Amino acid sequence: MHIMDILQNSIRAGATEISLEIREDTLLNLLRFNISDNGCGMAPDVLKKVTDPFFTTRTTRKVGLGLSLLRQNAERSNGSLKIDSETGKGTVVEACFEYNHIDRPVLGDIAGTVLLTLTAHPEIQFRYLHNRNGRSFELSTIALKDALCGIPINEPALYPTLLQMVKENLKDIDVN
Amino acid sequence: MEKIKSLADLRKMQDDLRAKISLREKSNEPDKRIQVKVAMATCGIASGAKEVMEAFIEEFTKRNIDAVVTQTGCMGYCYAEPTVEITKPGVEPITFGYVDVKKASKIIDKYILNNELVDGIIPVNYHSIDN
Repeated sequence: MHIMDILQNSIRAGATEISLEIREDTLLNLLRFNISDNGCGMAPDVLKKVTDPFFTTRTTRKVGLGLSLLRQNAERSNGSLKIDSETGKGTVVEACFEYNHIDRPVLGDIAGTVLLTLTAHPEIQFRYLHNRNGRSFELSTIALKDALCGIPINEPALYPTLLQMVKENLKDIDVN
Repeated sequence: MEKIKSLADLRKMQDDLRAKISLREKSNEPDKRIQVKVAMATCGIASGAKEVMEAFIEEFTKRNIDAVVTQTGCMGYCYAEPTVEITKPGVEPITFGYVDVKKASKIIDKYILNNELVDGIIPVNYHSIDN
């Protein structure tokens, strides 16, 4: 849930390039994910308040829970949350978790999360890298568009095929 | 169906995919297609917006309905999440609240296919919030 949520922040920040990297290392007992974008970024004063649940840049409501909940969950599982941002340049969010910690949120349906985000925003160059114990799978908007030769990537009829492809590849590297 | 494991397999399957799509490719302009926007902020995702979005995609594929499913942010109706805004060509958008997988199917049956309204419509007042 966190990954999908934080990706939406990047989309809302007007990013044209978003990268998601997930690294699972069961030997080091570590799960880390990193989301970087080239969106509008944040000024230092906003960055300071960003994990305050009662701070948001939205005008539709008064609470902002996305990053606050992520920090809480990361810290609760002996991990940490780091956010680097610069106005006009973009933002990098990195969350670390102790892999075997009982409070670590599960990754959930990561194939669905990635594909829904990727196909819902075909105009954004999205890159996904999933590494588990040294073996990895990578998918990007550019590669997908290239392979499809003009078939729109947000075509609903295509979704089950893509989902199956991502799931198969993740299974190969023992994810889920 | 043949197993697709790589982008190269996908490239090979292109013709099949294209054939599937071209059956109903009369209008390629987005404003002529049904648009479904699923609110996907923290509140929406926590309430199950991802499953709802997947359900819409699955149903559209199964029933061969020409539609685009996309994501949007929070409209301030956190209490009614997951919310879904549906725009039919030439009609004002309608936002449905408390949508789950079952209701998604009901919305397709009643509103999208038969123009009948379904419970849980959120009154249109969100235009004025930002203005």
